[in-house]
Amino acid sequence: MDSAAPRSTSALLLLLLLLLLLRAERTRGAELTFELPDSAKQCFHEDVEQGVKFSLDYQVITGGHYDVDCYVEDPLGNTIYRETKKQYDSFTHRAEVKGVYQFCFSNEFSTFSHKTIYFDFQVGDEPPILPDMGNRVTALTQMESACVTIHEALKTVIDSQTHYRLREAQDRARAEDLNNRVSYWSIASTDEQTPAFCKLAQSVAGAPSASVMGSRFFYRETNVQRISRNQSFPGPTSRLPDVRVYLLPWR
Amino acid sequence: MAGVGARGRLVMGWPVLLLLALCAAGARGLYFHIGETEKRCFIEEIPDETMVIGNYRTQMWDKQKEVFLPSTPGLGMHVEVKDPEGKVVLSRQYGSEGRFTFTSHTPGEHQICLHSNSTRMALFAGGRLRVHLDIQVGEHANNYPEIAAKDKLTELQLRARQLLDQVEQIQKEQDYQRYREERFRLTSESTNQRVLWWSIAQTVILILTGIWQMRHLKSFFEAKKLV
Repeated sequence: MDSAAPRSTSALLLLLLLLLLLRAERTRGAELTFELPDSAKQCFHEDVEQGVKFSLDYQVITGGHYDVDCYVEDPLGNTIYRETKKQYDSFTHRAEVKGVYQFCFSNEFSTFSHKTIYFDFQVGDEPPILPDMGNRVTALTQMESACVTIHEALKTVIDSQTHYRLREAQDRARAEDLNNRVSYWSIASTDEQTPAFCKLAQSVAGAPSASVMGSRFFYRETNVQRISRNQSFPGPTSRLPDVRVYLLPWR
Repeated sequence: MAGVGARGRLVMGWPVLLLLALCAAGARGLYFHIGETEKRCFIEEIPDETMVIGNYRTQMWDKQKEVFLPSTPGLGMHVEVKDPEGKVVLSRQYGSEGRFTFTSHTPGEHQICLHSNSTRMALFAGGRLRVHLDIQVGEHANNYPEIAAKDKLTELQLRARQLLDQVEQIQKEQDYQRYREERFRLTSESTNQRVLWWSIAQTVILILTGIWQMRHLKSFFEAKKLV
């Protein structure tokens, strides 16, 4: 009993150790959505082993013209990927050098629009579901391989759901923006993207009054005309002729 | 008896040490740099009843040695999570290394904000903090070896459990998709209605202004004896 107890506890500790190893090794990928202010740059870094393939997918969800600059640098400082004003892209690369790779998103070309950017950075392959499956000697049974197939298919489904969710978020942001703009355009909103609408509104309401004012201005009596009018008719201009009534002295 | 007990303690000794070592050196993957009072926010668009687990670890920049110290006690990070309506779901101060969990009760965009409010950073001029962050959502948050150990599942049962979790996540996402589509449709219909009313009002104003213009000009020209 005494010898069994330490053995079981050490086995338990070994299992816990394996679990902890798994926790440290399992999460090798990040999927984040963050807001990038105008004229700002944000960088993320990840430690990658040599020979491991990593992939970066990014998409701009809201803001401005829905574009962003992105570049990826290896540990030696070489730029292995650089794109300007891209809306979405996918980049994969096999790491030749072990070290810290950094990828940055830049919104420095924009002065007023802040952007929301989604990125998915995956390193390596998905680890097996149980720690000791990496060194199994027998092939998978039919059930297990069916499970693996279903798992891969479901991962594709989840990925396409994410893709549609991002697209829908982009469209919904635009639709809500349009809704707000329609509400406020009649009060001559100062939104920088609707000068055309403002001008139209002002011209529609302003055109008749402008033409009236224009006509009044056009047909006003000028000073020259007033003076010439006064001079050409020296006498009273509009006065009725004198009616003199003579009373004849009749008897 | 005593010898066995001593040997047993020795056998127990090294896994515990290794465990502690691993606890200290837990590599988290992605990291970024954050300034002193800077607030960094991340948005997670999730369906309801989804669990989100976030792990972070912070390191401080040491100006003298020009390296990041492996672990600095005394640093604190304030984590704030807001739900789509703006209500605060979680607002807590954690240490230099922490783990926060929350479950969403409404579908939508949740905002996870991190900022450090440690006074020690003021001592280091130009303080920079390295934050390792890892956020796992829904099915990815499950730790399968732990579940296998807890429920004593065979490999096949564990795989089936994983597939069930994945399908459940897909189902939740589809419900969320339906909710989002409805919101989008309401927004579009509201825009349509507003555009319709505005164009009717515009036409009426145009007609009225035209009538006023005609009458005013007619009386104006009559007064000027031009007509």
